[in-house]
Amino acid sequence: MRLRLREIDRPLASVALVLAGYGLATLYSAGQTDVPTFVAGIWHKQLLWLGIGVVAAVLMFRVSPRLLEWATPYAYAISVVILLFTLVVGSGAGTAAGSRSWITIGGVRLGQPAELAKLAVILMLARWLAGRREPPATLRELLPPIAIVLVPLGLVAAQPDLGSAIVFVAIFFAMLFWAGTKPSLLLLLASPVISLLLAFSTVAWGSWIVLLFALLLWWRPYMWEGLAVMMLSFLAGAYALPLWRHLAPYQQNRLLAFLNPEVDPRATGWHVIQSKIAIGSGGLFGKGFTHGPQKRLAYLPAQHTDFIFPVVGEELGFLGVVTALALFAALILILLRVARRATDPYTSLCVFGVAGMLFVHIVENVGMTVNLLPITGIPLPFFSYGGSFLLACSVAIGIALRVAWESRQSGYAEL
Amino acid sequence: MNVFHPHLLDRRLRVVRAVVWTVTGVVVLVFFRTQILEHGKYELQSETNRLRPIPLPAPRGIITDRNGRVLAENVPGYTVSLLPGNQDSLRATLTRIAPIVKLDSLGIEHILSRYQRAPYLPVMVLPRATFDVVSALEERRLIFPGLLIQPEPKRFYPDSGLVAHLVGYVGEVTETERSQRRFAAVRLGGLVGKHGLERQYDDSLRGADGVRFVEVSALGHVVREADPASRLAPVAGKPLHTTIDLDLQRYVADIFPAGQRGALLALNPNTGEVLALYSSPGFDPNAFVGGVDPDYWRRLSESESHPLFDRTIQARYPPGSAWKLAMAAIALKRGIVNFRSRMPIPCRGGLQYGNRFFRCWDAAGHGDLPLSDAIAQSCDVYFYQLGLKIGLTSLLEDATALGFRTRTGIDLPGEITSEFPAGTDYYDRFYGPRRWTSAVTLNLAIGQGENAQTLVNMVRFYQMLASDGHARSPYIVRPAASTSASLGLSPDQLAGLRQAMINVVERGTARGARLKAVTIAGKTATSQNPHGPDHGWFIGFAPADKPEIVVGAIVEFWRHGSAVAPLVARVVARYLGADTTVAVRIREALPADTAPQPTSILPGIPEEDTTARDTTPADTTDATPPPRDR
Repeated sequence: MRLRLREIDRPLASVALVLAGYGLATLYSAGQTDVPTFVAGIWHKQLLWLGIGVVAAVLMFRVSPRLLEWATPYAYAISVVILLFTLVVGSGAGTAAGSRSWITIGGVRLGQPAELAKLAVILMLARWLAGRREPPATLRELLPPIAIVLVPLGLVAAQPDLGSAIVFVAIFFAMLFWAGTKPSLLLLLASPVISLLLAFSTVAWGSWIVLLFALLLWWRPYMWEGLAVMMLSFLAGAYALPLWRHLAPYQQNRLLAFLNPEVDPRATGWHVIQSKIAIGSGGLFGKGFTHGPQKRLAYLPAQHTDFIFPVVGEELGFLGVVTALALFAALILILLRVARRATDPYTSLCVFGVAGMLFVHIVENVGMTVNLLPITGIPLPFFSYGGSFLLACSVAIGIALRVAWESRQSGYAEL
Repeated sequence: MNVFHPHLLDRRLRVVRAVVWTVTGVVVLVFFRTQILEHGKYELQSETNRLRPIPLPAPRGIITDRNGRVLAENVPGYTVSLLPGNQDSLRATLTRIAPIVKLDSLGIEHILSRYQRAPYLPVMVLPRATFDVVSALEERRLIFPGLLIQPEPKRFYPDSGLVAHLVGYVGEVTETERSQRRFAAVRLGGLVGKHGLERQYDDSLRGADGVRFVEVSALGHVVREADPASRLAPVAGKPLHTTIDLDLQRYVADIFPAGQRGALLALNPNTGEVLALYSSPGFDPNAFVGGVDPDYWRRLSESESHPLFDRTIQARYPPGSAWKLAMAAIALKRGIVNFRSRMPIPCRGGLQYGNRFFRCWDAAGHGDLPLSDAIAQSCDVYFYQLGLKIGLTSLLEDATALGFRTRTGIDLPGEITSEFPAGTDYYDRFYGPRRWTSAVTLNLAIGQGENAQTLVNMVRFYQMLASDGHARSPYIVRPAASTSASLGLSPDQLAGLRQAMINVVERGTARGARLKAVTIAGKTATSQNPHGPDHGWFIGFAPADKPEIVVGAIVEFWRHGSAVAPLVARVVARYLGADTTVAVRIREALPADTAPQPTSILPGIPEEDTTARDTTPADTTDATPPPRDR
């Protein structure tokens, strides 16, 4: 079997490239402000990273899935070590100046290891889940994958990077689902988290506990599992308030601002309000490429990273937004198709994990700009400035391309 | 069972696809709502976000005298303001700018409180910036986000103190004023007239402020001027043409006894035009432009002589002997006397009435004299009896009809009402029913007692004497609605009164006012007051046969009206272009035209104390300092 570039999955490659181009153009525009800042020249760097990303994607395309599967534990171990290392020597930057998310050597920021760790977790989970005959049926069987996710998640959350931590959780649930885990088991697994979120309303929390109890009686898991789930749910509800107090003020504020952006428009809600103003004032056709006044006059915060999507909304309008969303949807659906047609469970799970990760990033990032979701600092794939994440996405696309090629070679026929 | 069997995968894929489509659909719908349905709302917010209105102050209309000479004008000036980002950044900028514009911490707090009232408007830091300050700020423009240096017309009064009470001054509009309909259109921080003509004609002088918009970045830097189409040019205020004769006004200020309190008012008797209006001591209206210095304000408001207080319209004095003409006019109109009428009791230095002896100012007595001589000699005994002949009820009725209880309606703010009893029930209220006698008439008859008149009201009465007997409201720009008050005298009677007043000057109590070329008719008055020496009055007009000017003057504590007479005479002469030298040396030879001390009519009854109000500011709002402008 010889790898030929023209045999790659054209829709996947072209959608990814178009998105990368769209993102680069938007990043260029984000730098066009009336008072030029360092953002003006940032697209050069991003272009360089894109080049590196394309090379990395081609390299990953050349890597056999079996080699990847063999290398997975090492990659996972290395990323955990790097995350540990980051926690010790990491530094903050930009909009996340208060955290320790970057590895800096000699004053040069090398990247955010959390982004690459997401890929490592996907591979590791895929490897573990694919190695089983049956999907996990009990909570006890789920302990190893929980451990796989929890180690990097804990390290990332300690940075602290709440957004990335949420992405790990999403990846975990998505891959369990794709591996055939029963939805009821997933619900039980999620029940403490749901309990935590509902703890703010006594009525909602009470109803949830009653419902959970009924579900436990109906599904009949092992006795100790049922008890554990109930205990965890109770504990989560009880510890919700102390946990809330434990959150850093900026994290509390972000959640509060999500509930009511007008609380203090100059402080907490500022990001959301300015983002909505930028998007809303764009209208159908937008203010024209590079001409968005909100962005030009620096009202839009972090317009090159977390809040790059409002630049699209302001300058290219609803049409630009729909175009971007359509491209993203196409990318996800193509990845789902690739996962479906994959030749073996490991690669299928890998690609599905990648699709889940990208989907969570896209929905969370886009959703927070219109106040649909609370603000977390996770980047928009292919748009937000940031080398590590672009590299992670490129590597992920490279793996998906290889998986697509494999299934094509094995003569996959349309069912 | 292989969980990766294609059928099972397809089942899960359907679920996942449904999730992807649903979520994407929801996101698209939310964007549709934000960008299409609520576009207008966010577009507006985007504009208010970045566009800041900068008011373009309209130049106030200039005020000129009757010959077009300037009383109030505008000169170029600079203001320094800041476009605030938010309170913290404004505070930081103010702290940095403070050493350059000489701002203390109190001033910073003051500016911050102004910012809170209108957070989107530029907040004034320095209303009167010198060129040095402006250039020092321009050099450091980068470290002061939102710095705004604007040329702004400044009010300037070339004659400053000479015209202070007349033109008044301008100051920043207060919150209370803005709640009134009259000043509702004035923007926060805008200037309005505070006193005098500036206030009276503020509506036309003010003009309409314009506005321009600038684009401001999130850091508060002014990036550029917004679309010029959105600019609204200011409309300059209309010029105000007054009837004042600036030359005469300056002359009045020049010859008014220095350091004395008092006032002088000159009218054209045939039209009511005010030719000169002067109150002493004055103040510097230029000091109020752009915020008055607190020390200066304290000096003005704490001064015993109340410089802010316009003594032509805001002070009441007992009219004293000047009132005798009113008595004569009322008696003549009622046909009680003619000019040759004599009173039953000749003057022997006083009059016994009931259990009281009412003295004449001249203890030697004037003997038996007719009305015209009684006016010339200001004989109190004659007028005591004339008052009794008229009767209290008729006297009160006629004096009220002549306007001694009303304002003249002069077009200046703050004119107070002259005081005079409306009817006999005033005495019932004051002393109690049947606890007073018609002896009060005797006090009223010589201009004492329950009678306190403003200078402008007395001058208006003499204007009636000097013209055809009809009242004309004094005015500086536009006459008020015409009054129907009239003396109701025949031309002969008017001529007789004028002749008697000529005699006052030629042979009587005001010989010091005699001029070589012009005949002046007038009346002196001396009114007692509880604060010190008597106040001196003189009201006169000239030429006596065909009057062109009527001048009234009062000098507080000047002891005698005949001392005021030369002042008036020189003003008259100046206006008529005659020789202004008067025979000053005669003054010493004059008798003291002092009306007798009004003593209480019944024992144990407190004396009526109208005179106590004469130097108390009537308008208490004057006592509150205008808001400091810095």
